[in-house]
Amino acid sequence: MPRLFRNRMVLAGGVVLVLLAVVAVFAPWLAPHDPLGVNLADALLPPSAAYPLGTDPLGRDVLSRLIFGTRISLVIGCIAVGISVVVGMAVGALAGFYGGWVDAVLMRLVDTLLSIPTIFLLLAIIAMDPAEQLLQLGRLPLVGGLIAGLLRVVDPQIVILMAAIGLMSWMGVARLVRAEILSLKEREFVLAARVIGCSSWRLITRHLLPNAMAPVLVSATLGVGGAILLESLLSYLGLGVQPPTPSWGNILNEGRVALGVAWWLTLSPGVCILVTVLSFNLLGEGIREWLERQ
Amino acid sequence: MWSAECGVRSTGLSFPIPHSPFRIRDIVMASYLIRRVLGFVPVLFLITVISFGIMHLAPGKPTDAAMSFNPKVSLEARQRLEKLYGLDRPLHVQYAQWLSRTARVDFGRSFLDDRPVTEKIVERLPITLTINVCSLLLILGIAIPLGVTAAVRPGRWFDRVSTVFVFIGYSTPSFWLALFCIALFGVTLRWLPISGVHSLDYEAFGSVHRWLDMGWHLILPVGIAAFGGLAGISRFMRSSMVEVLQQDYIRTARAKGLPERRVLFHHGLRNGLLPVITILGLSVPDLIGGAVIAETIFSIPGMGRLFYEAVMARDYPVVMALVTIGGVLTMLGNFFADVAYAYADPRIRVGAAESR
Repeated sequence: MPRLFRNRMVLAGGVVLVLLAVVAVFAPWLAPHDPLGVNLADALLPPSAAYPLGTDPLGRDVLSRLIFGTRISLVIGCIAVGISVVVGMAVGALAGFYGGWVDAVLMRLVDTLLSIPTIFLLLAIIAMDPAEQLLQLGRLPLVGGLIAGLLRVVDPQIVILMAAIGLMSWMGVARLVRAEILSLKEREFVLAARVIGCSSWRLITRHLLPNAMAPVLVSATLGVGGAILLESLLSYLGLGVQPPTPSWGNILNEGRVALGVAWWLTLSPGVCILVTVLSFNLLGEGIREWLERQ
Repeated sequence: MWSAECGVRSTGLSFPIPHSPFRIRDIVMASYLIRRVLGFVPVLFLITVISFGIMHLAPGKPTDAAMSFNPKVSLEARQRLEKLYGLDRPLHVQYAQWLSRTARVDFGRSFLDDRPVTEKIVERLPITLTINVCSLLLILGIAIPLGVTAAVRPGRWFDRVSTVFVFIGYSTPSFWLALFCIALFGVTLRWLPISGVHSLDYEAFGSVHRWLDMGWHLILPVGIAAFGGLAGISRFMRSSMVEVLQQDYIRTARAKGLPERRVLFHHGLRNGLLPVITILGLSVPDLIGGAVIAETIFSIPGMGRLFYEAVMARDYPVVMALVTIGGVLTMLGNFFADVAYAYADPRIRVGAAESR
């Protein structure tokens, strides 16, 4: 492990991401103002000592909103990728392990989802207003209470965003895992495991998937950056995180309205997205390099 | 050059084909293409299922949206409309009807203005195709020289600098860059127009002036649409070229004293470009996605903006049509990439024939 941090890309990306995680966790203590506090007297002020990054059209402090936006972006990015990794590994493992028609059907599904532009599917899903549907699920017996409880803590729109982005980006992971498993299952340790009477489930989860994790780790790290880009794009288009909840994307949306007047509204959220996505990409590429040396 | 005899040997076709007007390479190529086309059929089917599913998974009936624009619609009229769209039938019958209409390029009528969807799309297609083709040419025009120059001396300053730029480019949200360009070139410097495709006094211009005016308006959108794909393709070009330049035949070419220029461009680039063809085919969805972003931000009346507007207004016939067309365009892109690749690289079509 110490060797890993000798890689400069891993080091640079990792340090920035740790800092961002700290900002996200301690957001309430770090933010100088209330991110939701409307103060029309201070609307659209340029950066100053009181407001280091200026204020938005409602007089809210941009720095505080960016700090709270870090939470949203990191959480949505990581959970969306978590979903895509779980789905991708399941699909890839089934297709690679069983082959035949299972493989054919699953891989055609992958081809199909890859051939429709992601942004088309995301916009179409989100415009169906699934948040309403999700709230209806709270009425179900047994699991209903759990779902309702979850939705009281987390904004349903954010749940939808994470699920939609995750479910639209597992195809790459599925292809990777399938390819790994196709080559792994010819190896002798798999035969040995079979001989001692391993079930297929145990073979997949204990022997094959752990050995296929390396490329998935790289792809997942790069994927978080992509998910954050998608989230900010959707929020920018007004379909993602809804105001007043701050997210980097919807601050940019407010910045668009005040484009010629308030440059500070456009500059800082963009830099936040750029730095975060860049760090995830550096970390991912660094891990790839490190794995290739091993 | 690839000869018929060679094809006979390596495809295992040991018998000659007497008096045939076709050469074996044509037959191998044709059978390869037919298999590729057949491979697209299930994907095409799934694309239509997904497009259809979008409309029917949506909450409420699709006609609710059409009705909400006119509160005076009676129950009777609602039932008439449902009958028109076949919504009173079972789902699989509805799908079959929709599919058979779609196969005849009839996507029904828009909920918003009751015009045929096909007509709405066709009038917006040219501008989107123009943006996509221009941005593709721009991507190739920048990415290939960039990748090749970086690959000639890997690890040296040009390679390092371009790698840094590629990383930053890859991580930059293109919609943010678009906002930035609008603020800088449009609002502050006033060099470039920031929305639409024509100036206001467009009607008064001569034909040359009209083209120039349109080109003027497209500089920013094309630049932004190209930006998204630039980083990935130049990186890919670099790694492909680095790999090719390590091959034995490059050393042979250098050893027999060919000028470096010829080694690079004749022996190196021709082989290095091959994998890029495939990537171009795969990047069609990204190009379309980039057009949605560029058209939305720059208010360009193309397919991408039509999609955004249709989604916002729940105009399902238009959404379904565009999802289907987007998928089909991607498949066409992949197909042409396959054809180009098989044409350029005999190993592909023969390898595919042998693996049968």
